[in-house]
Amino acid sequence: MSEGAGAAAPGPERSGGKAPPEAPRERATHRAGSEPTFLQRFLRNIWSANTVTVTVLAIVLAMVIGAILIIVSDPEVLAAFGYFFAAPGSALRESWAVVSDAYANLLKGAIVDPAAVQGAINGTNSWELVFQSISETLTYAAPLIFTGLAVALAFRGGLFNIGAQGQAILGAIGAGVLGFALNLPLLLHMIVALIGAVFAGALWGFVPGYLKARTGAHEVITTIMLNYVALLFLSWLIIQEGIQDPGRSDAISKPVDSDSYLIDLPGPSLRANLGMVFGVLACAGVAWLLGRSTFGFELRAVGSNPDAARTAGMSVTRTYVLTMVVSGALAGLGGAALVLGTAHNLTVLVVGQIGFNGILVALLGRAKPWGVLLAALLFGALQAGGNRMQSYSGISVELVTVLQALIVLFIAAPAFVKTIFQLRAARAARLETSLAKGW
Amino acid sequence: MANDKIDLTVEPGEIHALLGENGAGKSTLMNVLYGLLQPDDGEIVVDGTVMSFKSPRDAIAAGIGMVHQHFMLVPVFTVAENVMLGHEQTSGGPVGFLDRRRARRELIEVSRRYGLDVDPDAIVEDLPVGVQQRVEIVKALTRQVDLLILDEPTAALTPQEIDELLAVMRTLEESGKSIVFITHKLKEVKAIADRITVIRRGRTVETTTPDASEEQLAALMVGRSVILKVDKDRARPGDTVLEVTGLTVYDERGHRAVDGVDFEVRAGEVLGVAGVQGNGQTELVEAIMGLRPPRTGTVRVAGRDVTGARTKDILHSGVGYIPEDRSVDGLVRDFTVAENLVLDVYDRPPYGSGLRLNPDAITAGATETIQRFDVRTRSAEAPVSTLSGGNQQKVIVAREMSRPLKLLVAAQPTRGVDVGSIEFIHAQVIAERDSGAGVLLVSSELDEVMSVADRVAVMYRGKILAIVSPDTPREDIGLLMAGVSPDE
Repeated sequence: MSEGAGAAAPGPERSGGKAPPEAPRERATHRAGSEPTFLQRFLRNIWSANTVTVTVLAIVLAMVIGAILIIVSDPEVLAAFGYFFAAPGSALRESWAVVSDAYANLLKGAIVDPAAVQGAINGTNSWELVFQSISETLTYAAPLIFTGLAVALAFRGGLFNIGAQGQAILGAIGAGVLGFALNLPLLLHMIVALIGAVFAGALWGFVPGYLKARTGAHEVITTIMLNYVALLFLSWLIIQEGIQDPGRSDAISKPVDSDSYLIDLPGPSLRANLGMVFGVLACAGVAWLLGRSTFGFELRAVGSNPDAARTAGMSVTRTYVLTMVVSGALAGLGGAALVLGTAHNLTVLVVGQIGFNGILVALLGRAKPWGVLLAALLFGALQAGGNRMQSYSGISVELVTVLQALIVLFIAAPAFVKTIFQLRAARAARLETSLAKGW
Repeated sequence: MANDKIDLTVEPGEIHALLGENGAGKSTLMNVLYGLLQPDDGEIVVDGTVMSFKSPRDAIAAGIGMVHQHFMLVPVFTVAENVMLGHEQTSGGPVGFLDRRRARRELIEVSRRYGLDVDPDAIVEDLPVGVQQRVEIVKALTRQVDLLILDEPTAALTPQEIDELLAVMRTLEESGKSIVFITHKLKEVKAIADRITVIRRGRTVETTTPDASEEQLAALMVGRSVILKVDKDRARPGDTVLEVTGLTVYDERGHRAVDGVDFEVRAGEVLGVAGVQGNGQTELVEAIMGLRPPRTGTVRVAGRDVTGARTKDILHSGVGYIPEDRSVDGLVRDFTVAENLVLDVYDRPPYGSGLRLNPDAITAGATETIQRFDVRTRSAEAPVSTLSGGNQQKVIVAREMSRPLKLLVAAQPTRGVDVGSIEFIHAQVIAERDSGAGVLLVSSELDEVMSVADRVAVMYRGKILAIVSPDTPREDIGLLMAGVSPDE
């Protein structure tokens, strides 16, 4: 019965009832702030891991599981496993053949195809083909840098911005509408469209930030809701007159003016564009903001201990709002990078999953700006390589999604599990002492 | 390692004081004795039998009981219900009815036998802290324990309640119970203990008798001789730096925590606020610092009305603030020592201006401050969480005192801090006073208020009952702390 007694005897500090004034006032010392929140513990655990080893191991482990998936999804190889005991060599040989072919194409598509290098040397194909793969990787990475930074920045401020997806959609709308509605000179048009994306994304970040500061509404709930609002707004917008492409009957907007394109860097035949350059600049900017600005100092203090931040005279609510505004602006740039960089039209799926993938990138990058850059490059490489793997080895590009998910899972899961155990241990310790005190 | 080969022998019918600084390993030792922690080495022998306690239940079965610093009573239950809780008697088989009558009878019997007067039908939340503690002791005694561990039992009591507790302890001693009395208060140890074991950094330093002087005991605790008395000259009060008039503040539960308080603090003096914890001191300080909006009344700092002003503006107008709970309100655990040292001045030159932060200036400033205030840390870039409690508190003190102050508001500045750091912090507070700042010192340690303050305001149920001289006898201040006004 003593378990029941312990649980039923929370003692004066957690009673919440009307204790007499002379009862020890535990509330002040036992406020929620004295115990780190789930998010704080989780991030601390993610950081405390040996990042390089853990990341490499996670990638290797994900590739191994990916290999198993490749084998079981190939009927011929699976058939060979039917005679495994008669001819084990053939089953293993065939497995090796299909897996190595798939992963070779993944690498060729992500980094460089040696055949193209050979061809360029021999003069049978252009040098541009050599850089084709790396160009694709950078193209896919650029938007993820922005959404990854958006989520990472919010993490550091103690906020879980699930709404990067919606903010990216708003950014895409802002950039897209300004992209085809205006007629401005080259470069200037691009800059104006990007500013439009920043404002639209910032607005979509401001709303949950303001709601949290003003009413305490949890940002996870509000940002998820606003993701739907953004998506439905986009679906509605692109079939409106003046927005929809007059020559099309399907839901697609007018193309943005070519003067607003993010300029293709290496040449028209390669897709890599200014987005990547802006992405690296954004990393530098966020690194500066976090480490060398007064706002970053406030953001980190509020993210780590809002009570102490408030006591030291910082405005916690203002910091929450500003953090979400900057986070939303970054995510909005991610959407713009897609519209102005590659898509050039607004469609329902224009931003794909960059907002949600941004969460994975932020976790993989340990919520640090340069970590986000590396993580986004890895995700971009997997996406680019996956496309080639699909067309050359016939393996579904969805395998890449599985690999991305597994990598993050292997990195985040230990921290996640550890956090859950820590929380349980903390709760058990409280229960134990209450057992002791309650006899 | 929290305990390193500690020996402790408690004789039957003795009061054995366990004396040590915070973090010396007292609580760890007691948690081992009480089955909450398992020792890596060594054994527990009860009445000649080697025991191994896997949980508090084993310890209770072996006759060891413990009363923790924070009581674990259900506030809405009666005393009898709380005493039977966890030890319920039933009548009519295993799924029978609670036998309240028997529980009540046992309770009355125990309280008669030991002279522990409690009303079995009183609701616990209506009882004063001292009586609640008595309920805890009765609860332990109904479990037939022979050894009772009291962990910091006097922390939340008024001086009168402390006297009553000591009397109860003597009664128990006479009836053959043994008591381990954990404390860091030297006066109480000398008043009651038969033997005293001092532990320091997880080791037994010495077992001695109450004949040892307070200075000797303090020296054993700290490992060097300490000055127990705060060395200070007479205050030379100047202009009023803090003027509080008619201040009323409500707590988050909607209760009037501060009830029409008036006082002033002059430059060059320390006004101490004494009182049992939870009588509105926290809310008073928070209202002064702009952290909690007052319902009525005004707060003036150096003549300027700052009622309802932003905390930042109050801090920047020359007010230093040492919050009462350093881990919650004082420090950002993940930040470095250097960053914590500028937590409220990071946006002012030379550390930062506008949006620009100057990490080099922060590090340089920190290196100098760490030296000046003798903060023991590996480096300025070490996370503040790697520091000991006393050094963490020094970081806060250093931060607040390294800028020119008109007023210092110090709430429980030495709570949970080792004797050496207490000495240092008190000297700093007096130095701040002597350099012309007014100090508002809030502390639930009466000794601290009486030795540091130049005037003592006693707070009870949100009101300041009287402002007296620190030379007033302890008993009189104790009565005020219990709510007895001098004119009544």
